[in-house]
This record gives sequence, C-alpha cells and structure tokens, in this order.
Amino acid sequence: MTASPLTPPEGTAAPTRAAAFGRAPVGASGGSAGGASVELTGWGWRHATRSAWALRGLDLRIEPGERVLLLGASGAGKSTLMHALAGVLGGPDEGDSEGRLLIDGVEPEGARGRAGLVLQDPDSQVVLARVGDDVAFGCENLGLPRDEIWRRVADALDAVGLDVPLRHPTSELSGGQKQRLALAGVLAMRPGLLLLDEPTANLDPEGVIEVRDAVARVLAGSDATLIVIEHRVDVWWKLVDRVIVLSPGGGVLADGRPDEVLAREGTALAASGIWVPGHAPEAPTRTRVSGRELVRTEGLAVGRRPGVVLRSGIDLRIDAGRCLAITGPNGTGKSTTGLTLAGLIRPAAGTVDASGIADGLGAAPLSWKSRELVTRIGMVFQDPEHQFVAGTVRDELAVGAHAIGLDAVESARRIDALLERLRLGSLANANPFTLSGGEKRRLSVATVLVTRPRLLVLDEPTFGQDARTWRELVAFLAELLDAGSGVVAVTHDTRLVEVLADDELLLEPRS
Amino acid sequence: MSVLTPEAGPQAIYRVNPVAKLGATAIISIALVLSIDWVSAAVALAFESLLFLFAGLSLRRFALRTLPVTIAAFFSAVTILLYGRPSGQSYLQFLLINVSDGSIELAIATLLRVLAIGLPAVVLFVTVDPTDLADGLAQVLRLPSRFVLGALGGLRLVGLFIDDWKSLELARRARGMADRGRLRRFAGQAFALLVLSIRRGSKLATAMEARGFGASNRRSWARESRFGAAEVALLAIGALVAVVSVTVSVATGNWNFIAGG
Repeated sequence: MTASPLTPPEGTAAPTRAAAFGRAPVGASGGSAGGASVELTGWGWRHATRSAWALRGLDLRIEPGERVLLLGASGAGKSTLMHALAGVLGGPDEGDSEGRLLIDGVEPEGARGRAGLVLQDPDSQVVLARVGDDVAFGCENLGLPRDEIWRRVADALDAVGLDVPLRHPTSELSGGQKQRLALAGVLAMRPGLLLLDEPTANLDPEGVIEVRDAVARVLAGSDATLIVIEHRVDVWWKLVDRVIVLSPGGGVLADGRPDEVLAREGTALAASGIWVPGHAPEAPTRTRVSGRELVRTEGLAVGRRPGVVLRSGIDLRIDAGRCLAITGPNGTGKSTTGLTLAGLIRPAAGTVDASGIADGLGAAPLSWKSRELVTRIGMVFQDPEHQFVAGTVRDELAVGAHAIGLDAVESARRIDALLERLRLGSLANANPFTLSGGEKRRLSVATVLVTRPRLLVLDEPTFGQDARTWRELVAFLAELLDAGSGVVAVTHDTRLVEVLADDELLLEPRS
Repeated sequence: MSVLTPEAGPQAIYRVNPVAKLGATAIISIALVLSIDWVSAAVALAFESLLFLFAGLSLRRFALRTLPVTIAAFFSAVTILLYGRPSGQSYLQFLLINVSDGSIELAIATLLRVLAIGLPAVVLFVTVDPTDLADGLAQVLRLPSRFVLGALGGLRLVGLFIDDWKSLELARRARGMADRGRLRRFAGQAFALLVLSIRRGSKLATAMEARGFGASNRRSWARESRFGAAEVALLAIGALVAVVSVTVSVATGNWNFIAGG
C-alpha cells in the first residue's frame, strides 16, 4: 500500500489537456507550441456593483504570436480585459457581459490553461511555501502526470532564470524573484497566450530589469502571443510589435506599430498619465530657500527588532525648505531609517534630535504623544491602505483634525482646501479602499497634511504611480518645500531625486 | 514568522506521512480526555517521552517549542492545587485557598494530563510541513482539494498579516490615534487587518484561479503522499500507548470516566 492510487503508472496516463489541444510537450524553452489568437466582437463588461460599463463595444483581433502592449488611461478597463482573457472575471453574479470574447475560437472558461496571467502584486501571487511546489501548482490543476510536471517545473525555472533549489522557501524571495516565480508558474502550464498585468509596477529598478529580461528570454524561445499592460512604455518597448490604446469611453483609441502609435498619440498618452519615452513629466520650479534646522541625527543606528541593526552611523541634518532623499538598494534600511526619523520606531543606538520642531517637548520624537507628533512630523507610508482608518475620504481627512482638537470651522476649511488642491473633491464621499492607486496616494498625502506637520517623511511616494499622479505629487511637494516644510523621501525613483532632492543619503549594501 | 516555519531534518520521522502523525496524536488525546486520573496520564506521558527521542527535535528546540504548554500545565496545576475541590487532610487554608489531599492529587493529574495531550500536539505542529499535511489530507484522506489547498494558500498569508499588523500599529501613531484607549485602538486595528486580509485573500484567489485552480477537470498531484508500513506502525504505536494507559489506569482502580462524573 505504498503507491498513491491517484497516480496512474507511467505510460498509461490519461490524455492530458495539452494533448487535447494538440500541443505536444515542448523541450527546454518553457514556451508554448503555438500562439493563441484573440478575438473580441462588440465585447463589454460591467461589474455587478457599478452602473457604468468598465469596457464596451470593443472590437479587436490579435493574431497568434503577436506581442502587444496594451495602453490606456487609468480606468480604461485594461485589467478587466486581462482578467476576462484569463477567464477569471467570474460568472453572472460578478457582472454582466455583452458581445463575444474568444481565445482560439473558444470562450476563455472553456480554454483554461490556454491563457496564463501574471498579476501586479508579488506577495499575493505566491500560492505555496516552496519554489518547486509553487511552479507545479498550475500543472497539477491541469491534471498533468507527475513526471511531466517536474520536467516542466525545471524548464520553467530555467527559462525565467530563477536559480534556486526546488525546496527554497518562497517567502525568502525578493519582489523581482517572486514575479519571475509567478511567470514560471504560468509558463509551466505552456499557455498560448501570456497575459502580464503591470508585472513590474511594484518592483524596484533592479526588479523591473530582472522581470523584463526574463520575459524577453522566454519570448525568444516561444511563439506564444503576448499582451502586457504597463504604464511605463520604455520597459516593454523593444519587446512588442503592436501597441493598442484603449479609450476610457470604450473602444480602441489607437492601434498599430509602436513607433507609429507613439508618434501620433504620444502627447495625448503622456497627458493621460502614461510614461512615454521623450515625454518626461516637467519638473516644477523651486525657489530653494533653506531655513533653520528641523532635525539632526548623531550616530543613529536603526533596526526593526531589538538586537538586529540594519544600518548604523547615520549622521544627517534636515532643514526647513530642503528635501533629503534616502536612496539605495532594497534591504539596506531605507524605510526603517524613515520610520525612525518620523518618531515611530526606537533608534537602535544614537539619537534623533528634533529640538528644532519640538516646541517645548523633549528632543526625541519617539517620546512625543501621538497627537503631538502629527503637528510636527507627518509620515506617508509606502502602502496607503495601511494608513486608512475611515469609511469616506472626507472622514479620513477629519481624523487628524479631530486628533489635534480643531474646531469644526477650521477643520472644514483645511479639509476643503486639501480636497480641492489634491483633486479629491468629487470623491469626498467615496470609500478610501475603492480609490485608484493614484487617488489613494494623493489621499494618503492629504491625510498627513491636515495637521500641518513641519517635517514630512514619505516612503516611496511615487512607487507604481502613473505620470500624471507623479507630476502632481512632485509639484505639490515642491510647493510645500518652498513654503518652508522639510521633506524626507525614501525612494528608488532617480527622476524624483533629480528634480526634488537637495541632499541625498545613499545607503550602500554592507559588505 | 518563525512560529510558522516547520522544523526539518534528516531523521526518519520527517519522512513519515503527517496524516499518520495526526492520527497517532488524535488516538492518544481521545483516550486521555475520557478520564481525569493521574495514572493514565502518567503512563501515556512516559511512553511519549520515549517517542519524543525520535521526534527529530534537539532537546533545546524541544524545550523551547513546548515551553508555552509547559507553562500552561504548571499554572493550571497550581490553580487546581489552591482552589480545587478539597477532600482528605487539609494542609493550608487561607480565604478561598484550600490545599488538601484531594486538590494535590487533582493538581498532579491535571499537570500530567495537559502535558500528555499538549506536548505531542506541539511536537506534531512544529515538525509537520503544512504542504505535506495538505498533500496527505487530500490524497490519503481524500478531503476535497479545493478546501485543503484553499486553506494551505490562506496559511501562507498569515506571515503577511503579521507584517501588516506592525505597519498598522505604526500608522495609527502617525495619524494621531495612538493616545486613545488601548482597547478601542485594538478593535479598530483588528478591523483594519480584517479588511486588508480579505483583500489579500481575494487577490490570492484570483491568482490561484488564473492558474487553473477550481476547474472541473481532475487534478493531479506533483508530490505523492505515501501511506505505507511506517505510517501504519506509527498509528499502531499511538493505539498501543492509548490502550496501555487506559488498561493500567482501570487495573489500578484509578480510571475515572468523565461522563460518569
């Protein structure tokens, strides 16, 4: 009684899905044998909870083997289309569809495994605890025989260049590695249609290159069809042969060879928030007046857990009207330094001296009460959702006003001004969690500014943001600096450092 | 995160199917919850102490991992010692405290019983890899794969929840809300964590579905979950411990069936 009854002996395996689609297992490339075609006729989708259609009247044909970059302003329904192609939009209780959407002439739900989808968030895509098992997961769901699964796992990991043992814990992978793992998991299913939904939006610059190169390697040895969504055009520029721009109102705005589309629509695309090569968002003008010292550190060492020091010997100074950028690779303690400066976590050693803004309180911000802290130092977290505590945008802004005991008139005045300035006025009654990425970021900045802190600490404020939000955010920060605030930005964004930073603290990895 | 990382090693026990470990532990526990005498618990604990030598944990790891159970056993014993139903000679009386022959015996029985049930459960928990357990539950016990793999995927998110909780705590201080009552703050933060977990969970569900999970065709398993001689032997050992403990207890007249009062 040793062998599991679920495993047919080798050679007697039932016909697999791959065989059913006429695809013999392919050799070392990890790619598929034959790209899939996509055909949409008057297709549309409306989420069950919304009255407006996310997409409507879409006519599109993508031939097998085409490499397509799908663009469109935020809210144009790009992700909805990707989910539909992957067959994960859900049934009639999730929303209504109209028209037809076919992959190789079949509805996506009937062609499961024919399309493979990689999503944006690296953390939410890892299914299992070990690298090999995670890659095998999709093959198991297709019902492939065991020998075939492990051959494909090895091929797929090889194709994405993820050179770790099969038993390696997935929790120890970096963001870029996790995205390559997700890609491997999809490749092992040998899809004819590869769907990438902003796969690099949450990665640092090295991670972006890692994933892009892995995709390039995979495509070179495969004739799979590719559709990728991304608001940074330059990342995928060299890998695609067709650009399709979706119109926010429904339908296709532009469709053609990449250089043609960008020549014709480049300016309009840039204005709608897409990062188009040669259309970098303009830098704000700054008066650059330095004021007095706000915070200084001496021999500061930082760490999240007692006894674990991430970085030591930090001596810096932040003045009113100046922006300090904290840069460097992942894992060097950038965010932890930001949180320590913001008076949220205890220095492992050394001091944070904020007597410049203490106004009679002790010099160490950690010793201040929470409501004393918010009028002195404001912290904008990397993930805006961690900061949200209220049911509507307006209430979210009222939290800070309430904490410092502002009267109703002053509170309303400040909130209205911020809603107006950060273009959130029409969303005042919306739930913060339902906002788009750019709106969430703007709100998270606004929540902190209600209490008018003299020093603002931001953790990756421009991460994954489209060009429009980026432009607005940078202009707003420049305005605050000119008005005499101090700003600390923890960031990977070289352009942000270029246009905004007066000082830079580069944290190199320790040897 | 360390609480979620199973121990692993080259010892034979790590190759035994987790379903068999679960079964053996369950057999012993069921036998032991039927009575509250000290003899059955002591016999079971004596056997278990022998078995722990093969559990694949060093003495230090064993002590560290089982510390919570040891502490819990000690405190429940002390409580019973001081407040348990008095009988026989009384040694110390102060307010509600009454240490007597009866409460001493009951305290010892409680101590042994909590250890005899708790220690194997903890050893099981820290030496079983959740993925292997899921394989066993689905392939050996034939539990539905949707349920087993859904739970397994969810378990992986627990590590992220711990990080989320820490960030939420810092964010509340940064928003000026950390001076409020501890209880109210905790409730608000717990709700926020719930919202975040649901969002993470639904993203994971989409990712799993995108990789063909939940399709109607039959699923295969990349890892074979074997149930062979070693597994049967472990179940037999569990049954032996249960039978001997109960037999000795009944034979010595100490068996005290709970249902009978």
